[in-house]
Amino acid sequence: MSHDHDHDDHDHDDDPIARRNALRAEALESLLVERGIVQSDVIDGIVARFEQDIGPLNGAKLVARAWVDPAFRARFLADPWAAAEELGLATGPGHTPIVVLESSSSVHHVVVCTLCSCYPSALLGLPPTWYKSPPYRSRVVREPRVVLREMGLDLPPEVEVRVWDSSAEVRYMVLPARPAGTDGWSEERLASVVTRDTLIGVARPEATGD
Amino acid sequence: MNGIHDLGGMHGFGPVAVERDEPVFHARWEGRVLGMVYLAVGYGWVTVDTFRHGIERTGAVDYLTLGYYGRWRASLERILVERGVLAPGEIDARVEGTPLDPPPPAAPPRETEYGFERTLATPARFAVGAAVRVRIASPSGHTRLPRYVSGRCGVVAHVRPAYVFPDTNADGRGEQPKYLYNVRFESPELWGDDAEPNSALHIDLFEPYLEPA
Repeated sequence: MSHDHDHDDHDHDDDPIARRNALRAEALESLLVERGIVQSDVIDGIVARFEQDIGPLNGAKLVARAWVDPAFRARFLADPWAAAEELGLATGPGHTPIVVLESSSSVHHVVVCTLCSCYPSALLGLPPTWYKSPPYRSRVVREPRVVLREMGLDLPPEVEVRVWDSSAEVRYMVLPARPAGTDGWSEERLASVVTRDTLIGVARPEATGD
Repeated sequence: MNGIHDLGGMHGFGPVAVERDEPVFHARWEGRVLGMVYLAVGYGWVTVDTFRHGIERTGAVDYLTLGYYGRWRASLERILVERGVLAPGEIDARVEGTPLDPPPPAAPPRETEYGFERTLATPARFAVGAAVRVRIASPSGHTRLPRYVSGRCGVVAHVRPAYVFPDTNADGRGEQPKYLYNVRFESPELWGDDAEPNSALHIDLFEPYLEPA
């Protein structure tokens, strides 16, 4: 698969599979537009939303607020979409349900979808390629500690690992524990240590200074 | 179906390759495919379950070589031909620049209730704490029951609302909503002596997948 490639603005003219995908996608779009099934400007809007508007920063803002405001944390755990709406992060009516998993010093949550690549995209943007890849999907349910260690997170044996396989229409995101050494930090600075990987559970936030 | 998509627990795929600072889309066509799938599903031409089943029917070699959005593209082509929106061979003809008569107009989308959650008149069969066994099954159609939990025993951790049942919604048998349960499995139940210590798996399973243990 394609993680060794240079990622430039071309549609992989040198790669026959990418070229085939690009040509057939173009043909498909032209046919569906002619038939009134899709509209190219609406597709432009969907692409722009994922490229510009929706991303892990939404999750970082929610987590940072939950760390500083216990009442918000309770609302976030009870109804993640309502909490997102409070922060102005929810767009449009109706959402795939999200369950927030609160990690602690004794329990560590990590999320996967072994059957496809289900992810809370409407809130956190599209998942990274590794999340969609056969190595992650096949291995993290069987050997989570080994996979996490390879990805840079070495969990002590006394921490219970809970792997969540997103096999239905419920999406999962992790509320990581607030790292030590962040007393008095602003919400914005707290949000800066909440990366996408910490929201999936393959990393823990660290109090790295600015 | 027991396809290559059902990856949980398999060996042989190597390390997880992490790409630093990866873009949202790696090529323009990927975003176009995502947009087309969102619209075809959103407007009701096909269901998300039919779309996932289409990916699963891509075939093992294509599944592993087309890439993520390549699989989406292949599934969308397949299910829109099956749906009658596109004629067989029509995309090939368009790519080659050969004219081909369009098919007769496809039946318009059916009105469906928004989202996936549904209300059932009957109560949920299992309660939190119930010991359950996952039924052993090997359906040729779409299912959200992964092989690695088939036949295994767990405990109901959460009772969720009823949702559209993917197994029937994928192939035109309708929504047939079923209660959903989050079931916890201790790792040795899934992986035996090879299980990692102090770990567990949680997974959402529909009521027909479960029986009392």
